[in-house]
Amino acid sequence: MDTITRRRFLVASGVAAGAAATAYGLNEILATAGDRDPAARTLVLVTLYGGNDGLGTVIPFADPAYAAARPGVSYQPDEVLRLDETVGLNPGLAGLHRLYGAGRLAIVRGVGYPRPNRSHFRSMDIWQTAQPDRPGTSGWLGRWLDTTGGDPRQAVSFEPVLPPLLAGTVSAGATIPGGVLQLPGGLTPATLSKLGTPAAGESPAAARAAACFADLMRLQDLMRQVAEGTRDDTESDDEQTPATATGGAAPPLDQQLALVARCVEAGAATRVYSVSQGGFDLHADGKQAQQALLAKVDEPLAAFADRMAGKGVVVAVYSEFGRRVRANASDGTDHGTASDMFLLGDGIRGGLHGEPPSLTDLDDGDLKHTVDFRDVYATLLDGVLGSDPQRILDGWSGRLAGVYRADS
Amino acid sequence: MTDRRQVAHLLRRLTFGPTSAEVDAGVRAGYDATLAAQLRPAAPPADAPSAADPVAALGPDAARADRQKARKAQREQVDETIRWWLRRMAGGGAAEKLVFFWHGHWATSVRKVRSAPLMLAQQQTFRRYGTGDTGPLVRAMLRDPALILWLDGQKNTRKAPNENLAREVMELFTLGVGAYSEDDVKAGARVLTGWQVDRATGTARLVARRHDDQPVTLLGRTGTFDVDSYADLLVRHEAHVPFLVQRLWVRYGSGVAPPAEVSAQVAAAGRDTTALLGAVCRDPGFAATAGTLVKQPVEWLVGAVRQLGVPMEEVKAEQLLRPLGQMPLRPPSVGGWPVGAAWLTTSSTLARLRAGQRLAALAPTAADRLTGADRLEALADLLVVDGWSDRTRDALTSVKQPGRLLALGLASPEYAVH
Repeated sequence: MDTITRRRFLVASGVAAGAAATAYGLNEILATAGDRDPAARTLVLVTLYGGNDGLGTVIPFADPAYAAARPGVSYQPDEVLRLDETVGLNPGLAGLHRLYGAGRLAIVRGVGYPRPNRSHFRSMDIWQTAQPDRPGTSGWLGRWLDTTGGDPRQAVSFEPVLPPLLAGTVSAGATIPGGVLQLPGGLTPATLSKLGTPAAGESPAAARAAACFADLMRLQDLMRQVAEGTRDDTESDDEQTPATATGGAAPPLDQQLALVARCVEAGAATRVYSVSQGGFDLHADGKQAQQALLAKVDEPLAAFADRMAGKGVVVAVYSEFGRRVRANASDGTDHGTASDMFLLGDGIRGGLHGEPPSLTDLDDGDLKHTVDFRDVYATLLDGVLGSDPQRILDGWSGRLAGVYRADS
Repeated sequence: MTDRRQVAHLLRRLTFGPTSAEVDAGVRAGYDATLAAQLRPAAPPADAPSAADPVAALGPDAARADRQKARKAQREQVDETIRWWLRRMAGGGAAEKLVFFWHGHWATSVRKVRSAPLMLAQQQTFRRYGTGDTGPLVRAMLRDPALILWLDGQKNTRKAPNENLAREVMELFTLGVGAYSEDDVKAGARVLTGWQVDRATGTARLVARRHDDQPVTLLGRTGTFDVDSYADLLVRHEAHVPFLVQRLWVRYGSGVAPPAEVSAQVAAAGRDTTALLGAVCRDPGFAATAGTLVKQPVEWLVGAVRQLGVPMEEVKAEQLLRPLGQMPLRPPSVGGWPVGAAWLTTSSTLARLRAGQRLAALAPTAADRLTGADRLEALADLLVVDGWSDRTRDALTSVKQPGRLLALGLASPEYAVH
């Protein structure tokens, strides 16, 4: 569905009949449809939970130190999908390799932060809050949401629990697992709107519980436009997905991205989507498992990039840290530090960006980062979301040059 | 705060949600006696599922069809174990809530362990050691087969230590971030090398040839450690009791770390979990935490089931818990379940509305009492809510049908917190 037919779809889907009597009438919903600046761009953030091994993703196959550090689990030069004469992509990343060849995939090398923390939770907190010194309680995109007025429809996740990166100090993004938001029978929107009213003297927790009702009413309007044909997947509990101990309890990535695509195509007001894939904490038998997991990310991601071409969508892929340079004896890798980020979509200049970290000049067995992750965030906040990064990133003024151009 | 409110607050936090009659009894007995009664040791369960793991019983060259059949039986065993535990939670009492606390603390998921008996064995360890001195608990957990499988302990060998278990033991289970160094993680991993899990017997044992018995420097002490002396180092560490106090306060108190003076006061109770929990509930700051903590979905559901008098078997609890984002035995990560506002999302609000309707439909007797002029007070009494805000009163007043009123009460902001 293209943006032009959206108004007609809204009326046809019955929003008019149901919502006319509520505090959010038809006029208001149609006004929301026009809210979106046609030039506004969309950021899709893909979190790989568990610490994806960067050296097994963007593989420095020509570096003798690589094969030496990973005996038995390293990739041979003829196995990788070559980017140039020295590095190649994991064989599971055929779709991204194609996009790289077309100049649409940017690979930012050696992204990290000072004094790396090797705890999943602490490091994920750092990435999600963008506060390496002392991670606070708000996420970087939650703080962005605060600056835009805090409408939860602006920042949406398809995970069952709100990811910290979408929690602001005064507002929070919305979560819509499965993408379906139909009110149970017998409930009137008027009743729910009443429950969404703040009450004097209530605790912050109770106030948040009430605010969810107000958010629900607003979201219902938004999601009715995009729910058509969405599979309700809440009954399945994928036993076949390998579990590791570090998070990512979301629907499969392809489903999440399909929902994002549907929202973008419907012209939804949402500017930021958070999606995720878990399972990357491969302390043991890592090589095959990582390749299979990367393939699960690659296929939907490449299809999504193709489908979204020309719609002003930028995708950023990151994980909380890389892995140790040296493999452990379980043919896995333990928690490490700097890794690569992927950026793709409209306006992204493809190619290799930043400096690859040395495999021999290490910090206690780990790569030294060459690009601060806040440079990447600032570039996205500034370029894609058109906001002032310094307000959101505690005054951070760095940028990653040459990776994004809004007019292309 | 009235006596009744104080007792209701105590029971809401210590148990999976009291009934109004239980609050009445608590008011008659008094706060201190109610607390003491809840903290008394509970009898171990006599009816725990005891079947062996059907997959572990297979030979190495079992046919594909047999393997598939065994996996299916294994999944059914896990589901039955979850149902059994939920029924036990609905039996009430602080003991099972504490088992749930420890499950979220040493968060281990059956998704990777893939064995109901091993998950149950871990749970029995919480029942046996989770109320007393943390020393025996940590000793038992370091050799717990489910935890070892979950954190790759069986792949941790002398030739190449795997740091996963050692790191999480210090970061998440005993000391907290900042109390140990990366070198301690490496040393701890070496101490824990060589433990192997036998899935068929459900036991873990130390394999000498895989074990590194060289001396290490660990948490400031140099020497040769085994799993027990490592556990003892951890529980004697100055960070251990304050860390545990913080974790208890976060789940039983305010949802955030306690102020320093509260932490110090509670920590004075020492290393005994029951004593610490009692100190949390007797702390002068405890009463003020009423209404500030978001109920975890399991707490919300089990409390509702108890208050409505619905048999847990009829509820199909897994179907209600899945969209709420919490399933026993399946924590999302080794960090356990979130605390606080992360549970309060648009999707969980919708799920509570749906689940409330389902529960109300199963409780016609409870709903039938919600008809008179005082039906909102009767609803508050049934759900042990201190009172409704004007906003919620306004919303509830417009609902006439008793079942719908009950459903909405269950989904209300006041009932989402405790």
